[in-house]
Amino acid sequence: MKDKIKEIEEQINAAVSDIQTSKNLMEIKMKFLGKTGEISALMKNMRDVPAEERPSLGKILNALRQRAEERFASLEEKIKKAELKKRYAEEKIDVTLPGKDMPDGAYHPNTLVRQELISIFSGMGFEVFEGPEIENDYYNFTALNTPADHPARDMQDTFYLSPDLLLRTQTSAGQIRVMENKKPPIKILSPGKVYRSDDDATHSPMFSQMEGLVVDKGITLCDLKGMLDEFAKKIFGSGVKTRLRPSYFPFTEPSVEVDVSCFECGGKGCRLCKGTGWIEVLGAGMVNRRVLEGCGIDPDVYTGFAFGMGIERIAMLKYGINNMKLLFEGDVRFLKQFKG
Amino acid sequence: MKAPLSWLKDYVDIDVTAEELQKKLFSCGFEVEELIDIGKDISGVVVGEVIECEPVPETHLHVCKVDCGEKGIFQICCGADNVKKGIKAPCALVGATVYATAKDHVTVEGVVTIKKGKLRGIESFGMLCSGAELGVNGDMFEGGDYCGLLLLPQSCKNGEDVKHILGLDDYIFDISVTANRPDCQSILGIAREVAAVLGKKVKEPDYKFKTVKGKDEKIKVSILAPELCPRYIGHYVKDVKIAPSPQWLKKKLALCGLRSINNVVDITNFILLELGQPMHAFDLRSLTGREIVVRRAKNGEKITTLDGNKFDLNSENLVICDGQKPCALAGIMGGLNSEIEDDTKEVFFESAKFARDSVRKTARALGQHSDSSALFEKGVNEYTAEKAICRALNLICALNCGTVTEVHADETTTYSRTNEKNMTVSVAKINALLGITVPAAEMVKILKSLNFKAEVNGDEMRLVVPRYREDIDGYPDIAEEIIRFYGYDRINGTFMPSAAITNGGYSEEQKAENKLKSLLVAKGLYEISTYSFYSQKDLDMLHIPADAPERKTIKILNPISEDLSVMRTTLAPSMVNTAVRNLRRGNMEGKLFELAKIYIADELPVKNFPEEKQVLALGMWGKYGFFEMKGVTESIAAAINNKFDYEPFEKPFLHPGITAKILCEGEEIGYLGMLSPAVAQELALDRAVVVAEIDYEKMQSHAKPFKYAPLSKFPEITRDLALTCDRETTCAEIEKEIYSACKFVSAVKLFDVYVGEQVGAGKKSMAFKITFTPKDEALEERIDGFIKKILNNLKFKLNIELR
Repeated sequence: MKDKIKEIEEQINAAVSDIQTSKNLMEIKMKFLGKTGEISALMKNMRDVPAEERPSLGKILNALRQRAEERFASLEEKIKKAELKKRYAEEKIDVTLPGKDMPDGAYHPNTLVRQELISIFSGMGFEVFEGPEIENDYYNFTALNTPADHPARDMQDTFYLSPDLLLRTQTSAGQIRVMENKKPPIKILSPGKVYRSDDDATHSPMFSQMEGLVVDKGITLCDLKGMLDEFAKKIFGSGVKTRLRPSYFPFTEPSVEVDVSCFECGGKGCRLCKGTGWIEVLGAGMVNRRVLEGCGIDPDVYTGFAFGMGIERIAMLKYGINNMKLLFEGDVRFLKQFKG
Repeated sequence: MKAPLSWLKDYVDIDVTAEELQKKLFSCGFEVEELIDIGKDISGVVVGEVIECEPVPETHLHVCKVDCGEKGIFQICCGADNVKKGIKAPCALVGATVYATAKDHVTVEGVVTIKKGKLRGIESFGMLCSGAELGVNGDMFEGGDYCGLLLLPQSCKNGEDVKHILGLDDYIFDISVTANRPDCQSILGIAREVAAVLGKKVKEPDYKFKTVKGKDEKIKVSILAPELCPRYIGHYVKDVKIAPSPQWLKKKLALCGLRSINNVVDITNFILLELGQPMHAFDLRSLTGREIVVRRAKNGEKITTLDGNKFDLNSENLVICDGQKPCALAGIMGGLNSEIEDDTKEVFFESAKFARDSVRKTARALGQHSDSSALFEKGVNEYTAEKAICRALNLICALNCGTVTEVHADETTTYSRTNEKNMTVSVAKINALLGITVPAAEMVKILKSLNFKAEVNGDEMRLVVPRYREDIDGYPDIAEEIIRFYGYDRINGTFMPSAAITNGGYSEEQKAENKLKSLLVAKGLYEISTYSFYSQKDLDMLHIPADAPERKTIKILNPISEDLSVMRTTLAPSMVNTAVRNLRRGNMEGKLFELAKIYIADELPVKNFPEEKQVLALGMWGKYGFFEMKGVTESIAAAINNKFDYEPFEKPFLHPGITAKILCEGEEIGYLGMLSPAVAQELALDRAVVVAEIDYEKMQSHAKPFKYAPLSKFPEITRDLALTCDRETTCAEIEKEIYSACKFVSAVKLFDVYVGEQVGAGKKSMAFKITFTPKDEALEERIDGFIKKILNNLKFKLNIELR
């Protein structure tokens, strides 16, 4: 029996030195350590060994088995490492080859800006309202404190469809529709297309605006400033400051232009801000009393503010687009850049 | 609005630089769009006295010694014909910059730097200048138009910089004035703001004049169209001596870009600039009867204006007439028949307010615009009209060019000459609107600086509004006046502390739109945005017949061009144009979508609000064809938790064999198809373009709420069937019959089509994978039965065999 054990150990030693692959290793391992393997057979033969010899033989046999297992285990590790190394070498690719195109689409830059604006303002409690693009004189002008003889009508060149119907020149038209149907507190955003008879590199006969309106008790010019500060920081970066300066819109009083400090140069003056350190981004003001009255809202109880911005203008500033025409041409080389 | 700094200084003691004033004006709402330094190109030019002047033989040149005071004495070679010993002229020293002029000695051709030179071998250390070389004309400085040397007064000090002498150290503020401030369309109006922002007093112009008593016959003024003429003031001046204007007057006009004509006309132009009130002067001898009638023109009446243009008038046009005929287009231009001439002796000055809308409409309708009409369109006020006539008479006296009679007319229907505009406002309310606390005393101070009368009693502030401030309407206007001087930088941001909490965000409809867009972007499509208007030619391009509903377009009455003249009734032309544009630019493949409105009128010409229908358009070209697009529409159907059906369809611009109508639950919601070869050829396209349009709202009306379907305990089973059918049989027909034969069929998917010899002529083979989804029981044992039923149904309905 001892001889047998010794013989098996020698066989194992001989076999192990030839093993090259893990498949080979498994075969050999099974041959000695498997259920029907050589060592298992010896274990079974222990029944025939005299009882007094069994403990010492058992020890020897177990020791053999343990040695064999350890041997195979360390060998297995070594072979697997070698095999992996070989596989790595075989499968190696040129990682600098170009990636494969998985074409994905893109939103129009206007949609990106619009969604970003809506997400900023909806967090502040603004609902989204969309009014019609074809408006009448009342909603686009008269109700916005711009009666027929008003000088402000000359500020915008209007496309007319009939003596009364027109393509809205401002999303402010939607303000009136909201205030006619809803009583304060009102916080709405009104995005949409507007139209003016203007056509050059920075003007397009069709463009988009986003109007905001708040009407509630105790709303102040400071609230307008605070909210626009927040908007500017979120859309142009946390370091951006806002500046109000006097302006005029018939439907707000006081009216302001809102500038943001130039996010390109930080206010030092550059090409984007034409050296002024400031960029004009929107018009705003406190809702004119006459507008509130016209909608049946008591201006002695409620005050409000409104603001309106050009979505294309924001998009052009944000993405550095130099010609407004590009936004309406649908050139795929342009569109595919807007993955954001 | 152009305001010269030197002119503003006539009314305000300005002690800041032009740049500082620009900033101050900006802060109070007057943006200076351009600050023009009128002498920016001229430097190094000083007063030079010619102390020696010898002709150079056989040339037109003179060699001079020029005394430039402390700068030195220079030898200068000069070709001007008026150079002689003893004169003083602008002398450009070496290194100076002046304008280069063309051979005509007038046309400016750029800026040159003077260098040491040699003419005919004679060294020259500078140049004696003409007016044109310094950018000065005869109106700016006497003698400025002469092509020789500009002669300076003997009183000028040798060596002194000429810019101050010639008025070249001046600035023009080109100011953008908001529409609510027509009173600031004048030098005086701007001066008032300048005074307020600098904390100075305004020195008003001199309105005083002396009349001479006499037995002059009255001039009767009647306003027959008071709705178009709220006030008309006139005054008769006799013994008029028409002559050139004094230099100071010419210069002021020149700085604002007007040429001097003669003293009387210049007075009216001066007042137009100074006060913003257009005036007119009639030669009284050409008026029939001592009478002025302000009325609407008769239809067919004619007038020839000062510039020789002839117009046929109608009752929309307001005219100023004598006893018989129109003598002026009210507020726009005088008539040639009553023009001031060199021998004019009697003048009737007009200062009036005409309704801005009337002037605008007439000016636009006749295409006749003037400085006067521009001001009337912005709005003038009755108060200033009165001041203007006084100012004109004051200048007549000052220029000593006529006798101011006592004959005065002043007709008004609306204006009260005595009532002041009083207002009472609450200090607390103003502060509540602003959100900060401006002390009442500060408010009073600001308002007083703007010529308001103001006094405070507790919370109550009583105000008298300046009569030229027609824009002041309520307390918010007062709040604005206060804050624009108190400073917008003192407004601190707050976050609506008193407002109610509201729930913001998208409506359900908007969420659905966003979801659709995100699906399309995920499918690799680019979103486009195209104009809402195009031309009927775009419909021609797509062969849309004349009687098709798409032709019922709403016309824009005043389009920018014919190309953008009708509101679109279909997005297809815009999508096709976009694809064509891309292909022409070498973008050989693309997948686009647009979600936009079409505009459908109930009648034409449009009277009522038209329907604005949201439409989804898809466009693809290059390696993407019909089935790629259909894959997208199938995804859209899945996104609304429904299914679209497709039937062969025809559209005038699509390939009749490659076009499908899209239906949902039996309702037609759109189409998709390939551009017909005929249209493609006309557009010179070498690639197929596929287009789809889906009525977005109709489609959304079929959206089904999504609910989770419980998973079956039993596995799904699939079976493949290869069928042989007639060539004409459609996939949809077969699918329908497979579904109808067994209620456990949950999906039928075509995976192969074969046409060829093996299936025989007129036949094709189609292979489907059919999925059976069990409900409460396992289906293994029933599958054979289902297949048999399906095959029987196909055989019976469509004569289809198992292959």
